[in-house]
Amino acid sequence: MLTDHPRIVSARVGAEDSHTLERFLATGGYEGLKKALSMTPEAVRAEVDAASLLGRGGAGFPAGRKWSMLREAPTKYLVVNGDESEPATFKDHMLIEHDPHQIVEGTIIAAYAIGAAQAFIYCRGEFALGLERLTRAVNDAYDEGALGREIFGSDFSIDLVVHPGAGAYICGDETGLIESLEGKRGFPRIKPPYFPAVIGLYGEPTVVNNVETMSNLPWIVLNGGAAFAALGQGSSTGTRLFALSGHVERPGWHEVEMSKTTFRDLIYGLGGGVRQGRDLKAFIPGGASSPWFFEEHLDMGLDQDEVGKAGSMLGSGSVVVMDETTCIVRAAWRITRFFQRESCGQCTPCREGSGWAEKVLRRIEDGSGREEDVELLVDLCDNISPGLGWPPKQTTICPLGPSIPQAPVSAIRRYRDEFLLHVKEGACPLPAGEVRHG
Amino acid sequence: MAHLSADNQQRAEAIVALYPERRSALVPLCHLAQAEEGHLTEEAMEDIATLCGISPAEVRGTASFYDMLHLEPVGKYVLAVCTNIACMLQGAYEVLEHAEATLGIRTGQTTPDGMFTIEEAECLAGCDQAVCVQVNHRFFGPVDEEGFDRLVDDLAAGRLEETVPPHGVLSRVSREVDLEAPAVGGEQV
Ligand SMILES: Cc1cc2nc3c(=O)[nH]c(=O)nc-3n(C[C@H](O)[C@H](O)[C@H](O)COP(=O)(O)O)c2cc1C
Ligand code: SF4
Ligand code: FES
Repeated sequence: MLTDHPRIVSARVGAEDSHTLERFLATGGYEGLKKALSMTPEAVRAEVDAASLLGRGGAGFPAGRKWSMLREAPTKYLVVNGDESEPATFKDHMLIEHDPHQIVEGTIIAAYAIGAAQAFIYCRGEFALGLERLTRAVNDAYDEGALGREIFGSDFSIDLVVHPGAGAYICGDETGLIESLEGKRGFPRIKPPYFPAVIGLYGEPTVVNNVETMSNLPWIVLNGGAAFAALGQGSSTGTRLFALSGHVERPGWHEVEMSKTTFRDLIYGLGGGVRQGRDLKAFIPGGASSPWFFEEHLDMGLDQDEVGKAGSMLGSGSVVVMDETTCIVRAAWRITRFFQRESCGQCTPCREGSGWAEKVLRRIEDGSGREEDVELLVDLCDNISPGLGWPPKQTTICPLGPSIPQAPVSAIRRYRDEFLLHVKEGACPLPAGEVRHG
Repeated sequence: MAHLSADNQQRAEAIVALYPERRSALVPLCHLAQAEEGHLTEEAMEDIATLCGISPAEVRGTASFYDMLHLEPVGKYVLAVCTNIACMLQGAYEVLEHAEATLGIRTGQTTPDGMFTIEEAECLAGCDQAVCVQVNHRFFGPVDEEGFDRLVDDLAAGRLEETVPPHGVLSRVSREVDLEAPAVGGEQV
C-alpha cells in the first residue's frame, strides 16, 4: 500500500533551487550535523544502529554494523560511493544533482561517527552536472564552517574531497572503487584479506557507503533512530528510493515506505501501469544483477528479506518493466552483453563465461542458434555460479561474476519456449529489431 | 604545446595536494588534461606521470582502463547513445542506427570534419528519460530519431555552446579550498 510517510531523502527535490546552499539552509540544512556534533560519536552510532539503516548501494548491509566492524587505527577513511552504474538505477544521480548538500551533510556526520581522518565522495565521471553541483556544495560547506578545521566551533576537523570517476562499472564495487581512488585500474581486491573495514584505502580501515545511505543520516540524527525504524517493517526500515523504468506509463523515481509498499503499488500506482494497458511479461526487481520477477510477485512488499526469500533482491533499487511485446532473448542478451563489456577480466569464469554466454544468446536471437544452445547456456551459467541458486555461489573475486547468470537463467526458466521458437523459426518471432553485431 | 598549460600545472599541483598519496590524483589530472586538448596527449601523460610520481607507461596503462579517457583524438562533440536495458526497451538501437546513417559513420568513429563522434553507452542513470543520450556528458532525453536530428542541428549551429562545452571539459566548477584539517598519520603531501 502507498503510505503517508515523511520524505526523508527527497524532501527538497522538486524545488528549482534544491541544490543551492540558500535552499538547503532555509530547509533545515546542517541542523542534523550540528546536533550530531553536540553528541558523542558513540551516541551518533547508537542512533544509526537503532534506525537499522540498511545500505542503499546494493548489498543491503546494515550501516551501523558496518561501522562497528572498522579496525581500530589512528587513520581511518570514509569513502562515499556515488558511482551509480548498475543498469536502470538512477536514484543516486538524482540525489547528487538535486540535493548535493544533503549528501555532504550526511558524509560529515558519518565521518564524525567513525572518526575519519578524511572523507571522499567518488562521483561517477559521466555526471558532469552532478560533479559541478557536488563541488560547489563542498566549496560552500567550507565557507559555512561545516568542513575544514574545527567545524562549527567543535573540536572535530574534517576534509572532504569530491573525486571524479572515469567510466567503468566495476569501480562501483567497493574494493574496485578503492583501487580506482588510489589512481589505479579498478580491479576488485580479494576478500579476505581486503575487507575495506580492515585493509581499505591506502591500507587503512575504510568505510564505503552509498550516497543514498549518507542522505538518510541528517534525518536520522534529527528525528532519532527509533522514528526511522518505526517506518517499514522487520529489517526493512525507513523509506527508500526506487527507480522505475522500461515499459511503464510514467517512468521515474519514487521515495516509498519500505516493506509496506508493494511492486504493484510502484508499477501500477505510481508508475501508471504497463504502457498502453498491455500485459506484463516480466520485471527486474533490483538492477541487472537480480533474478527476474513476474506477475505472481506483484503483491510482494518492497522488503529486503521477503524478496530475498523469493529468490531475488532489491539490490540497487531499480525496477524495470517489460511488457508482452518484449523479446525475452533480446532482453537477456543485452544484460549479458553489459556484464561482458564491464568484466574487468581478472577471473576466468567471469571473463570467459560472460563472453561465451553473450555469443550464444546473440546467435539464438539472430535465428542462427541450435536447440542445444539453450542447455549450453544453462550449463555455462552453472559453471559461473554452481547450483544456480539464490543467493548465488561465487567463484570469482567480486560479485559481478555471479550476476551474469541471473538474467539468462530467469529468462530460460520462465520462457524456454520462446528461446526454442527462435531456433525453430530461424528468426526472432517478436518484431523488436535485430541484435547488433560487434 | 600539448603539455599541460602553466595555469593547469598549478591547478594540478593543488589537486595532488588533496590526497594522502600523489597517485590518487591520476584520474582527476587526466580529466584536467582532456579539458585542454579533448583527449590525452603523450605530453600530458608525461606531465601527469611526473605529478603522480609514476611512469608515463603506468599513466597510459591506467587511463586505458577507463571509457571516458581517450588516448586518441575524438570529435568536438561525443554523442553517447545508451542502449542498455531501459533504453533498449524504448528503441535505443533504432536511434543508434539512425545516428550512424545520418552522420555517415559507424559507432566509435568521428565525422571527417571532426565535429561528431558516436559512442554506444552503457546505462547512464537517466533511464526515466529513455532513450538517453549524452553529449560530452551533458544529458539529453528522451531522444528519438527526430530528436536526434534536432540535437545534431543545434550542436552544428552552435546553439548549445552554453550547455555543452567542448569534449573533455567535465566540471566547470573547481574546488576553491586546500585541505584544512591537520593531517592524522599518513604522509600529507
Ligand atoms: C560490480 C559491482 C558494482 C557496484 N556498484 C555500486 C554502485 O554503483 N554504487 C554503490 O553504492 N554500490 C555499488 N556496489 C556495492 C558496493 O560494493 C558496496 O556494497 C556499497 O557501496 C556499500 O554501500 P552501502 O553499504 O551504503 O550500501 C557495487 C557492487 C558490485 C559488485
Ligand atoms: S568477477 Fe569479473 S569483474 Fe569481478 S573481479 Fe572477477 S573478472 Fe573482475
Ligand atoms: S538504461 Fe539507458 S540510461 Fe539507464
